[in-house]
Amino acid sequence: MVRESFQEQLSKLRNDILQMGNLVENAIDMAAVALVNQDLELAEKVVMEDDNIDRLQMAIESMCLSLLALQQPMARDLRFISTALKINTDLERMGDYARNISKIVLKIGSEPLIKPLVDLPRMAELAQQMVRENLTAFVKQDRDLALQAAMHDREINKLYKNTFTELAELMARDASTIKQSIYLLFIARYLERIGDHATNLSEWIIYMITGERLELGDMSSVVR
Amino acid sequence: MKMLKGGYMGNKNKMETRNLNLYYKGFQALINVSLPIKENTVTALIGPSGCGKSTFLRTLNRMNDVIDGTRIEGEVLLDNDSIYDVGVDPVVLRKKVGMVFQRPNPFPMSIYDNIAYGPRIHGHKKKDTLNEIVENSLRAAALWDEVKDRLHKSALGLSGGQQQRLVIARVLAVDPQVILMDEPASALDPISTAKLEDLIHQLKSNYTIVIVTHNMQQAARVSDFTGFFLNGEMIEYDVTNTIFTAPRIKRTEDYITGRFG
Ligand SMILES: Nc1ncnc2c1ncn2[C@@H]1O[C@H](COP(=O)(O)OP(=O)(O)O)[C@@H](O)[C@H]1O
Ligand SMILES: [Mg+2]
Repeated sequence: MVRESFQEQLSKLRNDILQMGNLVENAIDMAAVALVNQDLELAEKVVMEDDNIDRLQMAIESMCLSLLALQQPMARDLRFISTALKINTDLERMGDYARNISKIVLKIGSEPLIKPLVDLPRMAELAQQMVRENLTAFVKQDRDLALQAAMHDREINKLYKNTFTELAELMARDASTIKQSIYLLFIARYLERIGDHATNLSEWIIYMITGERLELGDMSSVVR
Repeated sequence: MKMLKGGYMGNKNKMETRNLNLYYKGFQALINVSLPIKENTVTALIGPSGCGKSTFLRTLNRMNDVIDGTRIEGEVLLDNDSIYDVGVDPVVLRKKVGMVFQRPNPFPMSIYDNIAYGPRIHGHKKKDTLNEIVENSLRAAALWDEVKDRLHKSALGLSGGQQQRLVIARVLAVDPQVILMDEPASALDPISTAKLEDLIHQLKSNYTIVIVTHNMQQAARVSDFTGFFLNGEMIEYDVTNTIFTAPRIKRTEDYITGRFG
């Protein structure tokens, strides 16, 4: 029956999104480990594997578009497929940022670090947690968990501001740190952006579950 | 959710049913149906076969009166007046609340006479007046350009889609306020269906329309409000956008996502 195969396609889509989420979560994790351990090989791996994320993103996108065109889904099916389409894009962007971070690691990974890295790995950890909680919320239809996931963005933003201030001071004190400081600042910025995309995941997953459109974005990260 | 609300919430109720029950002999076909029908909007009624959509539609112009053993309780209002009051003449009512059926049912006469039929019954005799009514009605039904050169040929020679628009022109010719349509596109091909849907969209600026359709995409495309019926009850009524993106009631959601019915 047509509707049965529709259900099968929906569960394939669900699995593909979970797969996408796992790849992205891993990419963030590996990028952060590569940064802290100055592991060039691992950084190289993240850059290479981003192609898999891009391919999966394309596949998910085509699947969503053909489901929309051929099945003309309504109500919860419509919300599920549009959410898949939206968070697919957010996840792919997060993957790109993990790749960008790794590219920076490839540039600075052979020189001594100008400071011990604490806040940056913590930001990466929180970002992963946001992805993980959101994917669980996605599968379990758990609105509260999606909301909780979005709340970690506050802390990411706080850490971003700390890092910003700290590196600015360091650069003012010691001009020889400027180049690496700027690179680290980029990494902080990328992690902060990852947090924003992870917040979008929460918004769309909540829309999928209840139909509400919430604005969860935390504007405190804007540096003035 | 608020931002999804359509712009027609404030329109006045052109018609309204209140706690409407309808019985065919011992069988209750409508159970406590309360539904507003907003002026200059399209209201779609959806639901599985046999849930009472046509029955409900017929209560709006008293077409059930002619079915033996039918009993009705509750109220049906047109401009706040009960249409079941003793003083109401059903013939006059049906002029105000016209009906278009599933199968196009042109009379076996010319296109012109099909349209002029109603106005003649209602006392229009002058040739000029009739000509004007025929042209205006055919134009309003988006059929004029296709038939203006063969007005005196038989209506039975028209295609299904043209016949359905002819029937609509015939309804328009008696100057109704509300138009009821019972699955008007179910016998039409996709192009005729698209033309009919365009026409419905145009008509709503001058008329109030209620359409029964088993095609949910059609309901989603043409209507401003949607009511979902199940086993004689109206389960959920809301702005069409809400019904098809985030209905409140699980039975509605199950039906429109094809999980039963
Ligand atoms: N004239 C009638 N006499 C007895 N029962 C009827 C009559 N017309 C409809 N019904 C019954 O009323 C219910 C609703 O029918 P209907 O309004 O035609 O549903 P729908 O239009 O939603 O398919 C059905 O169970 C149908 O069998
Ligand atoms: Mg019917």
